[in-house]
Amino acid sequence: MLKLQNLTKTYKTGDKALQGINFEVPAGQVVGLIGPSGAGKSTLIRCINRLVEPSSGSIWLGDTDLTRLNGRALRQARRRIGMIFQEYALVERLTVMENVLSGRLGYVPTWRSFLRRYSPEDISQAFALLEKVGLGEHFNKRADALSGGQRQRVGIARALEQNPELLLVDEPTASLDPKTSRQIMRLIQGACQERSLPAIINIHDVMLAQQFSDRIIGLKAGEIVFDGAPDELTNEVLTRIYGDEDWTQLRGEGEDHGEDGGDGAKVDLAEGV
Amino acid sequence: MALQSTGRSTWKRPPMLFTNTLWRRLIYTGALIYLVLAVQSVEVDWQRVYLGLERGWRFVQGFLVPDFTTRWRDIHAGLIESLTITVTSTVAGILISVPIGIGAARNLAPAPVYLACRGIITLSRSFQEIIIAILLVAMFGFGPFAGFLTLAFATIGFLSKLLAEEIESCDRSQIEAIRATGATWWQVVNYAVQPQVMPRLVGLSLYRLDINFRESAVNGIVGAGGIGATLNTAIDRYEYDSAGAILILIIAIVLVVEYSSSYIRRWVQ
Repeated sequence: MLKLQNLTKTYKTGDKALQGINFEVPAGQVVGLIGPSGAGKSTLIRCINRLVEPSSGSIWLGDTDLTRLNGRALRQARRRIGMIFQEYALVERLTVMENVLSGRLGYVPTWRSFLRRYSPEDISQAFALLEKVGLGEHFNKRADALSGGQRQRVGIARALEQNPELLLVDEPTASLDPKTSRQIMRLIQGACQERSLPAIINIHDVMLAQQFSDRIIGLKAGEIVFDGAPDELTNEVLTRIYGDEDWTQLRGEGEDHGEDGGDGAKVDLAEGV
Repeated sequence: MALQSTGRSTWKRPPMLFTNTLWRRLIYTGALIYLVLAVQSVEVDWQRVYLGLERGWRFVQGFLVPDFTTRWRDIHAGLIESLTITVTSTVAGILISVPIGIGAARNLAPAPVYLACRGIITLSRSFQEIIIAILLVAMFGFGPFAGFLTLAFATIGFLSKLLAEEIESCDRSQIEAIRATGATWWQVVNYAVQPQVMPRLVGLSLYRLDINFRESAVNGIVGAGGIGATLNTAIDRYEYDSAGAILILIIAIVLVVEYSSSYIRRWVQ
């Protein structure tokens, strides 16, 4: 589905943000991308939809090499890739509906989007998505009138409105409380399962990454230092990714739940936090 | 955990400019000496000031007893002409400034377009309105048309520059998000940039309307039509009471524009 071959990115300043990145994501797989700040997580997902220009290597989405596209072809490839942002990146002064419909911009002629004349299919899909993320009534509110969690839901609806073949998610929970973070992650995970969408989720919170992804990729200084299942993420691996730290203390809670899974009440409590 | 003293208890903010102490003292002393010498070189003719005071006082008296009636027809015609110049030049200026402003924003325009648009802005901003007015009066003759062209030209420099700066300081993530959907350049402008800059553009346009009205009063003095021409004639004829009336009307109109623009600005936020 998505295949990265020898991807590198060197910034003009000489900083090597990514070096020799190789991995493949099959349909429906949710990949959690973890790593310390500045490891190149954000650069990596932005290279895929070319918000950042990769220096070398290739990125295959189906049969298209994304690194070779320009102009119209690049725009047509971008509309196949939905993106969800840190701090939501909604257009604050537009209505919720306009924000969701902006997911169709790649498919709609400029004059139609200028007059906000979208097709009935686009509009009914937008209403359905808003209903699904729990914002059915808010379509005419301005985006800046919503709370953080609500805004990220609009962000998810906008990405899904594209009917994407791939989802790129950049720190979706960075400024949300723990409960809302989990709800948002669950929404993203659900959408991926439902549509067998592959997703790359760039995330700081190791516990969230483990809980909601099928596979974890650990990035350090622009290189992949771990690629495996979430439960293979041992203390030794975390040290390899982030450097020395007392990981048992951080993860103590999570491991406890893994062992005495019979204690249902306790697990539920942790879920709700 | 008790804190251990490091033995240091004084601290001074380090100088940000001229970090070398000797140079810093030399530069500051030099600047002070220059200021004193410069002030001393200004020649003031106190006798002329005394004479002027008397004339100024007559002006103030005229202002206190304004005469709206004697020259009302001239004043009325002048005001209408000024307002016409103001509105037409502001509208024309805005229409031309918006594309130039977008072209002069580094985050939207390619380098050649950026340089060309910045060039136009610099050209428009490098001449004061009066100088352009004198030139255009020479080219197109006395009257409101020269005034209209002058103010439209000056509006371009003002509005495009501030609009371009507003676009450049837009939230990048909103632009990125729209671009990531596969939107064209026009769609990015329409969906990500326009909503962010619109309130500021409306505010700046209203502010420019206000400036253009005041400028149209000044430009009249060099022959570019409007209330300024009427004011100039009144002063030349020593009719300070009529001049006072004109000034009061200018102030009143500026006040009305000011209040209504702040109202409109609040409404578009």
